[in-house]
Amino acid sequence: MIVAKVFKNIFKYGFLNIAAFVSIFPFAWMIIGATNSATDIMKGKYTFGTELIGNFQKLNEMIDLPLLFWNSTKIAVGGMVLQLLIASLAGYGFEIYRNKISEKVYGILLLTMMVPFAALMIPLFRMFAGAGMLDSHVGVIIPTLAMPFMIFFFRQNTKTFPNDLMYAARVDGLSEIQIFFRIYVPTMKATYAAAGILSFMTFWNSYLWPLIILQSERQKTLTLAISSLSSAYFPEYGVIMVAIIIATAPTLIVFFLLQKHFVAGMLGSIK
Amino acid sequence: MKMIMKSKEFRRKLYYGGSFVLIAIILTSVFAIYPIINSLVLSTTSGKGVVTEFVGLGNVKRILVDDVFKQALKNTFIYFVFQVPIMLTLALLLATLLNDRKLIGKGFYRTAIFLPCVTSLVAYSILFKSMFSVDGIVNQTLLFIGLIDQPISWLRDAFWAKVTVVLAITWRWTGYNMIFYLAGLQNISPSIYEAAEIDGASKVKQFFYITIPMLKPVILFTSIMSTIGTLQLFDEVVNLTGGGASSPSLQATITLTQYIYDLSFKYVPNFGYAATVSYVIVFFTAILAVMQFRVAGDDRG
Repeated sequence: MIVAKVFKNIFKYGFLNIAAFVSIFPFAWMIIGATNSATDIMKGKYTFGTELIGNFQKLNEMIDLPLLFWNSTKIAVGGMVLQLLIASLAGYGFEIYRNKISEKVYGILLLTMMVPFAALMIPLFRMFAGAGMLDSHVGVIIPTLAMPFMIFFFRQNTKTFPNDLMYAARVDGLSEIQIFFRIYVPTMKATYAAAGILSFMTFWNSYLWPLIILQSERQKTLTLAISSLSSAYFPEYGVIMVAIIIATAPTLIVFFLLQKHFVAGMLGSIK
Repeated sequence: MKMIMKSKEFRRKLYYGGSFVLIAIILTSVFAIYPIINSLVLSTTSGKGVVTEFVGLGNVKRILVDDVFKQALKNTFIYFVFQVPIMLTLALLLATLLNDRKLIGKGFYRTAIFLPCVTSLVAYSILFKSMFSVDGIVNQTLLFIGLIDQPISWLRDAFWAKVTVVLAITWRWTGYNMIFYLAGLQNISPSIYEAAEIDGASKVKQFFYITIPMLKPVILFTSIMSTIGTLQLFDEVVNLTGGGASSPSLQATITLTQYIYDLSFKYVPNFGYAATVSYVIVFFTAILAVMQFRVAGDDRG
């Protein structure tokens, strides 16, 4: 009995340790790689090197880092704020004032969640080209502002919003829109935090749509720049690792600071 | 009187509800519903650049004899058939192990396994590309422990390139799915397991007769999400193996979304044909979602 238990524990912890090691290793690889030259990385060198500062300087020569970082931040923060506003207004509206007609509209909205982006991107590209909005950051964020998943997320969470608060506010003479901004938004801070993290990450990391509509170097995002650095015939991996660390840092920091909200945002859909 | 009250209340809800959801509805109509319809219309046309003509079902006929399309479809299904089950099984197994109250270092394991989810698809693909290069760390390690005697061409060989893609996606998304299962497991009352324990059911039996049936809705949800994800695979393949339609050796990993991208933006664009290919993804997404609902619904009734 005891022997069996020991074996079971060896298996269990062995398996978990391997899983944890495999999960973390690429992060260690990224940090070690940032201190090594491209040749060393290609040869599989797994110890720290002395190239970190050199790699960083080279990166600055190869790309306009501050500009790219600013472009990515602008898109991610702007997109997040607008998406939260639009999606929470809609999620609130669908839940609080639900009626026969709105339920049908909501059903259609959820159905669009199933449509792959590949089926939308060509008409979207033609639409933005026609409107002269190619190469603009507004064009990057607009199509996903009313993301059905976000609306769904806010609607699900609105179910936990206490109705008494709303009735009390009505008695106090607040208008419906005032109730939303003065009562609902402050009450639902945790929901906004969770949705905000998810939204920020989606915009910050988006690749395909920006790749299609951003054409000039000045408008590109960090993600796009990293991708094109790595598609070189001899990729400068040490330099690229530095870039990847810079691009991953914001989400990594948010994850460690707000882990609870982070996970809540991802789980939001199965509540 | 009651009727009037009811319709007044209805109109009030319609008015306020409508105002709150208005922006979202307009945006969805313009940027989702219109494009879907437009895509369908486009799929009946063909031509290079701006000169297009109506071809009806001509594009569908062309799809049937298009080798690159067939390759892309095949690859997408290989990813789907192998990657999704491997990842979900692994995620379920890890979640079950982590759900143990007495487990030491639970928080560490959970955070570590979830960590890959914070990376962008582009970033992790490039990390994997550097690790899986011919002289890279993966080959070095395998050579060192004697599992292989020659370096594997992980990124260029038709077979191994697919393996690399599957490994990479599994690394990125297992923790994500595990979190869903963990949340689901926490909703199962421990008393069910205690009762099973008293009845003498083994841990394995408990897993198959309690855990899996109880988690069915979550398993269904994760498999639908993963299915949609696999059918839309793009970022990883482009950045990891670069597989594109341009050269035969790169076609080994090309996916449907990538082929649509190549058709639309890499050469002289043929939007009509690309739109037709995109409807193939719509079609399969719908079919697979319905199938998964059927499978999950079958033995419930």
